[in-house]
Amino acid sequence: MRELVIIAIKEFRDGIRNRWFLGATAALVLFSLSLTFLGSAPAGTVGVDQLAVTIVSLASLSVFLLPLMALLLSYDALVGEVERGTMLLLLTYPLSRSDIIIGKFLGQTLGLGLATVLGFGSAALVLVYGGIESANWMAFGVLIGSSVVLGAAFVALGLAISAMPRQRSAAAALAFGVWLCLVIVYDMALLGALVADGGEGISAPVFDVLLTVNPADAFRMINLSGFEDVRVAAGLVISDLEGIGNGFAPVLSLGMWVVVPLILAVVLFRRKQL
Amino acid sequence: MPTDPAILLEKVTKTFDQQNAVNDLSLEIGAGESVALLGHNGAGKTTLIKLILGLMRPDKGNIRILGEESTSRHRGKNAHGFLGYLPENIAFYNSMSGAETLAFFARLKHHPVSDCARILERVGLAEAAHKRVGHYSKGMRQRLGLAQALLGNPRILMLDEPTTGLDPELRNAFYDIVRELEDSGVTVILSSHALTELEAHTRKIAIMRKGQLIASGTIDDLRRRANLPVHIRLITRPGMGAACAEKIPDGIGCERINDHGLDLTLPSERKIDVLRHLSATVPELDDVDIRLPSLGDLYMHFQKESVVS
Repeated sequence: MRELVIIAIKEFRDGIRNRWFLGATAALVLFSLSLTFLGSAPAGTVGVDQLAVTIVSLASLSVFLLPLMALLLSYDALVGEVERGTMLLLLTYPLSRSDIIIGKFLGQTLGLGLATVLGFGSAALVLVYGGIESANWMAFGVLIGSSVVLGAAFVALGLAISAMPRQRSAAAALAFGVWLCLVIVYDMALLGALVADGGEGISAPVFDVLLTVNPADAFRMINLSGFEDVRVAAGLVISDLEGIGNGFAPVLSLGMWVVVPLILAVVLFRRKQL
Repeated sequence: MPTDPAILLEKVTKTFDQQNAVNDLSLEIGAGESVALLGHNGAGKTTLIKLILGLMRPDKGNIRILGEESTSRHRGKNAHGFLGYLPENIAFYNSMSGAETLAFFARLKHHPVSDCARILERVGLAEAAHKRVGHYSKGMRQRLGLAQALLGNPRILMLDEPTTGLDPELRNAFYDIVRELEDSGVTVILSSHALTELEAHTRKIAIMRKGQLIASGTIDDLRRRANLPVHIRLITRPGMGAACAEKIPDGIGCERINDHGLDLTLPSERKIDVLRHLSATVPELDDVDIRLPSLGDLYMHFQKESVVS
């Protein structure tokens, strides 16, 4: 436990030291603020809640950006240290390989999570200064929380990727491939399949399951379907969401995407010989 | 701990791509004993060290460190705390300073962080402590490597080619530290190519070839076993070399270098006889220089011997 905390603190401080944290926070603040300002333009006329619009924009941004940032942070964490030779020494110290992985996971998730909170928090601050009244602060809290978990899931995935190959370049390629598949190709393939068979082969329940098991879609379901005003802002109708998507399942799915890759990373890394 | 040897290897084999990096090797090193590991590149020294450290699992055989089975160490973490290791090509986190690096490792080894300054001082890094490791020279990194190996008062210290990149002054300081540790009961395992250095600084020597131990013992043991000839150089008064050469007893190789110098080659057990004989019968003698087989000679001898057999 002690070792785990030492690794986590070092990993977090590394992020600050090499200015990754600064860059990530700046990027997220910039995006959040610009989306907030853009988002507030249509709100007055249509009568949609301004915060709800911001939530939809931020959720749509997070779903692409956070996985990419998380993978960029973590794909190098193990294979990079193996390649540079620092892992060899570390492993002769009295700590287990799972300490290293979980420590790194915690440190990197903390860094990314803090950057997310600061980024989205800046948007919230601007809205509060603008004096908006909204009943959707709860939804905003859910957005921040689920974004941190989404980041954590992809940090864990990145660590599993990092435990596999012998070269950093291979890990980088693999990380990009995973991002592309889970975040972009998956949805397009699903949409394509739906269009192709005209809704015959894929029934609504199957479709719900297919959406829920993907971390990015699970994240969207949590944020876009949970609150009435947000649904309106996102243009969703409640009857679209009557399956398992409208409950606890997406949260569970996202949680599994944190736990399973982390276990995989530990198993893979334990087998590795240096 | 009277019974358990510090390190015990029993018939250990480790194979990479059908090649035995370590082949059926048995080795026992007692507490407080120190051993220099010699061998060509690729003889299996580093693999042996990694096996002892638990970084690799042996394919066959048994390794016990301080009485503890190595397979259990892989998941557990007990014996690690008593091991100090300086890898051959040491690498650190370049963005951290020397002091930060050492503090990080000290925390992992439950060593008081307040003591780090003293260790840095000891290896001569006090002034550079707050420079980033990325800007360190090879010698400075090596010293920081030694510093981290000293953390946690190790009972076994593994040093893989520790003096490469160190200047002569630092080498001596380095061996002083090693000697001090040995005296305090630490088992030191050291691999190196610098034979002349090892000859002066280590007590027991183990020579490896193709994953096997071909000879081990103190340098005197090895000399006795190898039974290599001793060389004696005689310096006579000018012009008396030829006269002197006639008085050399039979069965001793004698080569004249110039008019006042002779090189004798003789079995080591006849050394005293010959010296006595010379001092009694050769008044022209000015000076005698005895050269015992060096560690380099012994090393080559055992390497060749193992090829033949």
